[in-house]
Amino acid sequence: MRWLPPSRKRSASLAMDSELLEAEEIYREHILDLYKHPHNSGKLSSYSFRRRELNPVCGDQIELFVRMDDNKIAEAAFIGHGCAISQASASLLTDFIKGKSVDELKQITRENILSMLGIALGPVRMKCALLALKTLLKGIEDYEAGN
Amino acid sequence: MMTLQQLNLRRDFPLLQQQSNGKPLIYLDSASTTQKPASVIQAMSNYYLTMNANIHRGVYRLSQDATAAYEEAHRNVAGFINAGFEEVIFTKSATESLNLLAYTLTKGMLQGEEIVLTQMEHHSNLVPWQQLAKERGLVVKYIRLTPDFRLDMQHAKEMITKRTKVVSVCHMSNVLGTINPITELASLAHAQGAVLVVDGAQGMPHLPVDVKALGCDFYAASGHKMLGPTGIGILYGKKALLEKLPPFLYGGDMIREVSYADSTFNDLPWKFEAGTPNIAEAIGLAAAIDYLRSIGMEQVQQHEMMLTEYALAKLGEMPGVRIIGPATAEQRSGVISFAVDGIHTHDVATVLDSEGIAVRGGHHCAMPLMELLGLAGTTRASFSVYNTQEEVDALVAAIQKAQRIFGYGQ
Repeated sequence: MRWLPPSRKRSASLAMDSELLEAEEIYREHILDLYKHPHNSGKLSSYSFRRRELNPVCGDQIELFVRMDDNKIAEAAFIGHGCAISQASASLLTDFIKGKSVDELKQITRENILSMLGIALGPVRMKCALLALKTLLKGIEDYEAGN
Repeated sequence: MMTLQQLNLRRDFPLLQQQSNGKPLIYLDSASTTQKPASVIQAMSNYYLTMNANIHRGVYRLSQDATAAYEEAHRNVAGFINAGFEEVIFTKSATESLNLLAYTLTKGMLQGEEIVLTQMEHHSNLVPWQQLAKERGLVVKYIRLTPDFRLDMQHAKEMITKRTKVVSVCHMSNVLGTINPITELASLAHAQGAVLVVDGAQGMPHLPVDVKALGCDFYAASGHKMLGPTGIGILYGKKALLEKLPPFLYGGDMIREVSYADSTFNDLPWKFEAGTPNIAEAIGLAAAIDYLRSIGMEQVQQHEMMLTEYALAKLGEMPGVRIIGPATAEQRSGVISFAVDGIHTHDVATVLDSEGIAVRGGHHCAMPLMELLGLAGTTRASFSVYNTQEEVDALVAAIQKAQRIFGYGQ
């Protein structure tokens, strides 16, 4: 087997490989793309709150940095490591929350996260998908307690 | 002699007959828990169907039958590891066995005295000692690993000193598969007047265990990792030492005489078995041991060694796959951790699951070891008597599939 460097886009022929269909239900193109090229990756030097959470079962970690401006999210970023699902959902969530108010953030549900990911998940992997949201909600609690 | 592969023991395990994701189930997570042969399931249901009663209580026939079966299970386990009847205590798990030891052995220790563990311990042989040390002002030290994932015995000699009262090590690492030199560690501990505790959760299912030959003072093991049910653990202790230790749990069955002012305690092993024990589980464990006896532990070890050698060779030649543990089968057994470059362990496990293969991904309850190795986790394949070389081939093919999905390799 020849060892190839990771490619940004998988070849079109791969998608037609029927053997891959089942696992592809979860590992769709956009999820893998976010895993390899996350959005809003990094720390913020100035932030209103930061919060780190981990999933003790698998060791997935997310540290979220949020800067508020005029009671709205001006900027959000994260660092972390973990599976494709946990890291992709952190990318999607940090995109989604920009410009939203704290009250709007509190309305985000697990269904919102799943529809952002666009995949169905079992109970164990659901924890991976919801880690970023859990981190955000805990961060908001800290933020409000500090105000 | 037929090999285990030829014997096709898989037939004895009802659960392994099922399909997973439309494919034959390939169960490679026996280090977490093993599947159960039909004989174990039957023994447990037979207990509930024909002799359920509390033990050591009633004089009626049922209670006598249950008591006899429970005590026979004790005798069976004791014989299996070459221990005396009074030296084997049933607990709910290997974790409880280790907690029992951590509480009772540290009780008489003086501030500043030392407990020596290794860097490869499972949380169950680390957290109890660590937390009691904090409470009682004791010092916990760790024996280092060598670069090839074995115990650094030179460092062990330096760590075990006159201040050491307890040395506690795993027989076999649940992450690395490394088998530790127990007799050598026993000599080092005894030379300094310390006791040696062995966490045998991964030892007893895979290796012939003779506690006298090993020279350890205590040995903890788990029923469900050796073809038996959950809810039953084993604690072996040398009789003279168990007699000196205070009870761990108080309650019924562990007492001799009770007044409002004070109590005296029962003889061994019952002194350490407070309350109604897990009777059906003890009987199930005995059936599991009968099953293992019928194969022979040497055969079990040989079979797993064959699979380990085969898997190490196959995985070892895969690009992008790193084995986290000794690279050769010498002094190691059928627990194989690996990392696949660029793919998180949970994602590897999910793709493998889609192929009907059950493996464990994560930190394996050894977070300090993961930190030391600089890994968030590993993917782990582990074997038991029912696994085959063909299943290892399927594992390799499924890892290649994961690499293709994530855009590595072809």
